[in-house]
Order: sequence, then structure tokens, then C-alpha cells
Amino acid sequence: MKHLLRFLPLAILFTSCGSNGTNGYSTFLGIDFQTMWFLVVGAVFTGYAILDGFDFGAGAWHLFFRKEESRRIALNAVGPVWDGNEVWLVIGGGTLFAGFPVVYGTLFSAMYIPFMLFLFSLIFRAVSIEFRSKEPMQWWRNLWDTTYSISSILLSILLGVVLGNVLQGMPLDDNFEHTGSWLAFLNPYAFLVGLTSLSLFMMHGAIYLTMKTEGRLFAKVNRLLQRSIIAFVLIFVILTFYTLLFIPHLSDGFKERPWLFVVPVLAVLSIANIPRLVTKGRYLPAFIFSAITVGLLLITVAIELYPTIIIDSSGAGNSITVYNGVASNKSLGIMLTFAAIGGPLAVSYTAFVYKTFWGKVKLDEHSY
Amino acid sequence: MDVEILARVQFAFTIAFHYIYPPLSIGLGLLMVIMEGLYLKTGDKVYEAMCRFWTKIFALTFGIGVATGIVMEFEFGTNWATYSRYVGDIFGSALAAEGLFAFALESGFLGILLFGWNRVSPRVHFIATLGVFLGSAFSAVWITVANSWQQTPAGYKIVGEGLEAKAEIVDFWAMVLNPSSIDRMFHVWIGAFLAGAFLVLSVHAYYLVRGRYEELSRKAFKIALAVATVFSLSQLFTGHRSAEYVAEYQPAKLAAMEGHFAAEGPADLYVLGWVDKEKQTTTGLSIPGGLGFLLEQDFAAPVTGLNAFPEADRPGQVNAVFQFYHLMVAIGMALIGLTLLACFYWWRGTLFEKKWLLWIFVWAVALPQLANQFGWFAAEMGRQPWVVYGHLRTSDALSRVVTANQILFSLIGFTLIYLLLAALFFYILNKKIKKGPYDEHDIDDRPRQESMARVAEQGL
Ligand code: HDD
Ligand code: HEM
Ligand code: HEM
Repeated sequence: MKHLLRFLPLAILFTSCGSNGTNGYSTFLGIDFQTMWFLVVGAVFTGYAILDGFDFGAGAWHLFFRKEESRRIALNAVGPVWDGNEVWLVIGGGTLFAGFPVVYGTLFSAMYIPFMLFLFSLIFRAVSIEFRSKEPMQWWRNLWDTTYSISSILLSILLGVVLGNVLQGMPLDDNFEHTGSWLAFLNPYAFLVGLTSLSLFMMHGAIYLTMKTEGRLFAKVNRLLQRSIIAFVLIFVILTFYTLLFIPHLSDGFKERPWLFVVPVLAVLSIANIPRLVTKGRYLPAFIFSAITVGLLLITVAIELYPTIIIDSSGAGNSITVYNGVASNKSLGIMLTFAAIGGPLAVSYTAFVYKTFWGKVKLDEHSY
Repeated sequence: MDVEILARVQFAFTIAFHYIYPPLSIGLGLLMVIMEGLYLKTGDKVYEAMCRFWTKIFALTFGIGVATGIVMEFEFGTNWATYSRYVGDIFGSALAAEGLFAFALESGFLGILLFGWNRVSPRVHFIATLGVFLGSAFSAVWITVANSWQQTPAGYKIVGEGLEAKAEIVDFWAMVLNPSSIDRMFHVWIGAFLAGAFLVLSVHAYYLVRGRYEELSRKAFKIALAVATVFSLSQLFTGHRSAEYVAEYQPAKLAAMEGHFAAEGPADLYVLGWVDKEKQTTTGLSIPGGLGFLLEQDFAAPVTGLNAFPEADRPGQVNAVFQFYHLMVAIGMALIGLTLLACFYWWRGTLFEKKWLLWIFVWAVALPQLANQFGWFAAEMGRQPWVVYGHLRTSDALSRVVTANQILFSLIGFTLIYLLLAALFFYILNKKIKKGPYDEHDIDDRPRQESMARVAEQGL
């Protein structure tokens, strides 16, 4: 058993890399392990946002569909995949816990209420999907349709609220404990980021639904999609100005490495490309571009933060960075090995499921 | 109420609720693999119907298992921040591995298992069933390893002091294969197989006494009975192994399990009893020196008792640990007796005439569930006052910034939501059972077919 790991060439790569990184940590391809793991966590959460983003988005639209049949189709469009999408959250939580335990403890305990609301909504959403089709009564179905839609909306907003608080920073003491009030998560900036993520996901979800629907429902989704693009662009512009004006420290990452500015530029181009593709009726490319948009926006966030993860807004300099909030070199080496093996596996399962359920939704006796 | 109590209650409540479902999924997974394997081998449609029926119930248990699992992962960060910082280096890698290797496998194949009957070949479907089963059995591995590490830490070193202290990994395989991992893993797996097998036994026993779906139910009952018998017997063995490592690595817990106070001296083995912690007495029906005999094969062997430990290092709820432990063992014995009896009648060819026995099986579904819960309660309460045995106290592991009111809020929230979940679960389960294995078309198909026709006309 002990030797199993040694046989894997990757394991050798990661566990025997030269230790010339920061604080005696190893490096791989010239990047220190702390940064590598920051990239891994970022990649997993990006994957999560892209995947659960479209099913939250589809859920947020749910009540806009009036006919029973339409709602069933919309629900079954996410039916076979939402659970797999959520796994990315489980993995994301695990990678953050494992790699940056200090961040995990501080962030989750500081954001207690939003995280609990997030959990409640997540459970309600799973339950709604599971139970909606189990009874034929109209009130029963309307009830679960409503909880499904509201929880999808709340989840989209809450993700943004947590991200907004991370971007903004929070007061920390020298044990990295949050010193602000438990209500501090409620602030205008966080709320604005929440609205941004909601509108982004609703656009993303609408594009997904266009690929999954036909006929009149398709036409309706298409109309909603056009509106959601406009809404997203408006909110995004407001957010950008607000950030530049009130959260100036977020531009530091770009000031140090100006060439990274291509990322937000690409994000804007990618956003601009979406309506173009949609009007041409090329929905799959449009979906890919909205996924890329989510990705580029999160990479922008990563650049704004790095190497800090949680900024200490008290001014005492207790920020948590990838260097002081990190697991040991040994642990990171092991986990990078895991990620190198497990990551492609997880991606291939995901791809296999999407391939199996590719195309327009056809209801059968196994549908929700 | 203080933060510590509330946080512990919340963790115990959420995980105990979670632990109703994964064992069912793991156990049903095993049975579905057997059923579908038989279908592939024999081509007998009965097995296919059986398998489809149990897949529907599996979907239900699985769904709730997934919905309630993520709660504890988050709770580590929200309620136990200090603990998270302390164990992250070690424990985090297990959680990450769990997500990457197990949950991804599981949920990837789940879609095909549930929705793929008409889309993939029977062989691919079987592979998906197997994948889901292996995935769920694997998810149990990593979390159990993490828990075992807290019980019997190995392969680590402690760096820093006071609030800054944390455990760092030194030897990954020593951490994974810590002294209690393997035995606990088998004990937990088998507990899960029993939970699944007894659910199948219960439902088919119900059909049999009611005279419904007799051919299918006889076959299913026999499959599940074989599984239940094998694993009831092996559970005694793995349980004994568990007691041995507890004796070696967590003597205070073992002393609490048997209510043994004298610091040194022969210890009795109780069949049932009552512990008075204040008076330091345990009264009940016992085999004098029996514990020593089990551990050392010697009735006079001295066993370390609770008084050998400072007051602050003893589990607080001795009687509870004692009772939970004894209830589990009693149930274990009952399961052995019950399954052997049923096998005897099976061998005599009169099993399905014994209505009273079938009725017992209808209700026996609760037994392995209870034993699973009691086992964890004994193991976890016996570990107190430590979170990481010998290193980190529960009272130090809390999130320092979280207030009692916040936890109260979430605790009330979880209570309400879980009550609703449990009610829905039983309602739907009952309904699926009532409708039986040959109900291919859920009720929601009838209104649908009409609306489908309408839709087809209108082109929507
Ligand atoms: C990997 C970690 C892990 C795993 C797999 C389990 N537990 Fe646990 N449990 C903990 C990690 C933990 C903990 C975080 O370490 C707690 C919180 C407070 C404490 O002392 O330990 C705990 C406490 C705790 C308590 C409260 C004990 C007390 O405060 O006196 C109960 C009753 C349970 N758990 C029950 C369970 C059940 C029913 C499980 C089966 C699924 C289970 N635990 C698995
Ligand atoms: C603190 C402890 C635990 C945590 C943090 C935890 C975490 C989770 C999470 C996040 C999920 C959902 C995965 C998904 O989205 O697909 C889940 C499901 C699951 N958990 Fe747990 N879990 C814990 C305890 C356990 C234990 C002790 C077992 C052992 C048998 C177990 C077995 C499973 C299984 C098999 C599933 C898949 C769903 C199902 O089959 O019902 N979990 N768990
Ligand atoms: C038949 C006799 C049995 C014996 C002697 C026995 C023994 C034990 C012991 C000593 C522990 C504590 C381990 C620890 O604290 O680390 C334990 C825990 C546990 N038992 Fe049993 N057990 C028996 C039957 C059962 C049965 C029938 C089930 C379920 C169907 C079960 C489920 C559990 C579970 C889930 C745990 C907690 C996990 C663990 O710590 O291993 N046990 N058992």
C-alpha cells in the first residue's frame, strides 16, 4: 500500500519537487505549491459556478413558465445533472478546507448566517426537485415550483454576497478571527455582487434552456434570454464602476502586473459576443461563451485578490494570504497528486453524463 | 444556553439525521448490484422489475443523503473553526479525496442509473449501478478515515502552541491507516449493508404477508436474507475487533462502555445495567471478569478503569455511553438470532408459511438503523472530552466568533427542515411501497399523457 503512491509518476513529480519556493515550500513548473493550490481551489469553484450557475439560473426562471408541461421540461432539463453539478461544491469546500484551513474557519464562521441560509436553500431546492413530481395535485406542484424557484434565486444571490464580502475584506484580529458584527455581511457592495451573480446565472441558465427546449417554450425562453442579457450588462456596468470607485484596493493586482489586464478585457469581449451569437441562433457557442464569461470574471477576481485571500479591512495587516493560511508542504504535495489524478476523472464522468443526456428534453416514465 | 452545547447538539442532530440515509443507499446499492447481476445472468424479467423498483427507492434515500451531507462539511467551518484550522492539514485531504474520487463517481453514474434505463444498454446500466454502489461505499471510506484519525491520531506532528497549534501530516498512509481505520471501516460498511438488506426484507415481507407480488417477493426476500445473515454474523466479528482497538487506544472510552470505575482490576461484562456516575457504581446483569476475558482471554486480567484518568479527561456521559453501546450489541445479537432462525425455516422449506416471522421482519427494519445510530453515539460520546483524542478538547474546538443565538437560529432551521424532510420521506416511501414493483408508470404519467397529446397538437 505504501508503495502504491510511489509508482505513480505524478506522485513522484509532486512529492519530490525541489523545495526552493517560499518558506521552504516546493515548486512545480516554477510555481510554488501555495499558488498551485490557490489555482486548484479557484478552478474548482469556477467549475462549480459554471455548472451550478446554469441550473440555479434555470431554476430562477421557473415561475416564468406557466404551463405544467413547460415546467416539467424545464425541470427535467436540469434533472439528470444538477446533483453532479453540486458535487463541485462539495469538492470546492474540501479543497478549500484542505489547502487553506485558516481561510475555511475564518470565512465560514464570519459568514455564519449567509452560509446557513445557503444550506437551507440548497436542501429546499434538492427536495423540491425530488418531490415535485410525486403527486399530481396542482397545489402540490405549485408549492414545490415556488420553493424551487425561490431557493434557486436565493442561492445565486448568496453566492454573490459571500464573494462580495471576500472582495471587500473584513476586519480580522491577529488570530485571523473576524472582529466585525455578525450582521456585517449585509452591505451594499455584497448585495450588488449578489445581484450580479443572479443576473449572470439567469442569463447563463436561459441559454442552457434554449438548448434543451423546442417550440413555443423555446420561443419564450428566447425572449426571456434577450431581456436577461440586457439586465446582466446593466448591473455589471454598475458593479464595475462601484468597484473602481469604492474598493480601489482591488485594482492593485493589475497595477503590479499590467499585462493581466487582458483578462477583464477578454471578459468584456466574451460578454459582447453572447448577444451576437444568440441573435444568430447559435446557442451552443453562446452557452460556451457565457461559461467562459463566468470563468473570466472569476479569474479577474482571483487576480484582484492574489496573494491575499481574505483582506483585513481593519488596517492592522492581519490579512490571510496563500502563504500564511495554508496547509503544510507535504499535505499540498499529496493533494496536488490527488487533484492530478482525480480531476480528469471527475471531468470525464461529468462529460459522460452530459453526453448521455445531450439534446432536447424528452419526458419518459423516469422523468421528474 | 452556551455555545458549546448548542454546537454539539447541532452537529449530533445533523449528522445523525444524515446517517439514516447513506447506510440505506450503500446497502441498497449492494442489493441492486446483486439483483441486476442476476438479471444479466439469467435474463429473468423478475429481477429486472425488482431492480427497477429498488432503484426508485434508492433515488429517494440517495437524494436525502446528498441534501443533508453538505451540511456537516460546512458546519466544520461555521461552528468548529478552531477545529478546522487544527485538523485541516490532515482531514481536509480526506474530504477533498472523498469529493474527487467518490462523490464524482457516484453522482456521475447516478444520472444513468436513474434516468438511463431507456438510453443505454443493460450492460452499461449495470456498470452504472456498480459505479454508484462503489462510489457510495467509497464516500464512506474517506469520511470514516477522517473520523478514525480523530479517534486514534497517527502519522502527524503538532506544530505551534495554544491557539496557533495544529496538526500537520507527516506520513499520509500512516494517517489513512491509523489504528482504528480498517476495523471501523468494515464495521461501518457492514452496518450499512445490514440497513439496506433489512429494508428489502421488510418491504418484501410486507408484500408476502399481504399476498402481493409473491413470486418476486420470495426471490427478493431470499437474496436479502442471504446478505443479512452473512453480515449479521460478520458484524459480531468486526465489532469485537473494534472493542479491541478501543481497549488499546481509548481505554477511558472502553471503561465508560462497560461502566468500569476501579483504576485497575478485573472488569465485568454487562448484559444490561445502569451506571451511577456520582456513586461510581454499575448495577445489572453481568459476567464477572468477562471484559478481561474478552480482551485477554483471562477472567482475572486487570482492565484500566475510569478512575485511572483525571476527572477532566473522562467522558461526561458515562451512563449514556454504556447504554448506547449495550443497545447496539443487543441488537447485533438479535439480528444474528433472527436471520439464523429465518435461514433454518428456509432450509426446512417453510419460511414463507411463517407469517409471524415475516411480521417480525416487517418491523425489524428499524433494528440496524438503531444499532448504527447507537454505535456512533457510543463511539462519539465515549471520545469526549476530546475532539482529537488526547490533543484538542471539544470546548477549545469551537468557532470563537459565533454566538449562541446564531447557532440557535440554524438549529431551529435545521430541525424544522429535517422534520419536513423526514415526513416527506416516509410519505413517499410508503406510497412507493403501496404501489409496488409493477407500477412502471408513476401517477404523474396519467395527467401527463393527456397534456402530451394536447401539446403535440399545439406544437408546444
Ligand atoms: C469526520 C468526522 C466525523 C464523522 C464521520 C462523524 N462524526 Fe460525530 N462528531 C464529529 C466528527 C465526526 C466532531 C466534529 O468531531 C464532533 C463535534 C463535537 C465533537 O466532540 O465531535 C462530533 C460529535 C458527535 C456527537 C456529539 C457527541 C457529544 O457532543 O457528546 C454525536 C452524537 C455524533 N457526533 C454522532 C455521529 C454520527 C451519528 C455519525 C455517523 C455518521 C458521526 N458522528 C460521524
Ligand atoms: C461529518 C461527517 C460527514 C460529512 C461532512 C459528509 C458529507 C457529505 C456530503 C457533502 C454529501 C453529499 C455529496 C453529494 O453532493 O453528492 C454526503 C453524502 C453521502 N455521505 Fe456523508 N458525510 C458525513 C458522514 C458520513 C458518514 C459517516 C458516512 C458513512 C457511511 C457517509 C456516507 C455518505 C454517502 C454514501 C453519501 C452519498 C449520498 C447517499 O448515499 O445518501 N457520510 N456526505
Ligand atoms: C454484535 C455485536 C457488536 C459489537 C461487539 C460492536 C462493537 C462496537 C464497538 C466496540 C464500537 C465502538 C468503536 C469506537 O468507539 O471506536 C462500535 C461502534 C459502532 N457500531 Fe457496533 N458492535 C456490534 C454490533 C453492531 C451492529 C449490529 C451495528 C449496525 C447494524 C453496529 C454499528 C456500529 C456503528 C455504526 C458504530 C460507530 C462506528 C465505529 O466507531 O465503528 N454495531 N461497535
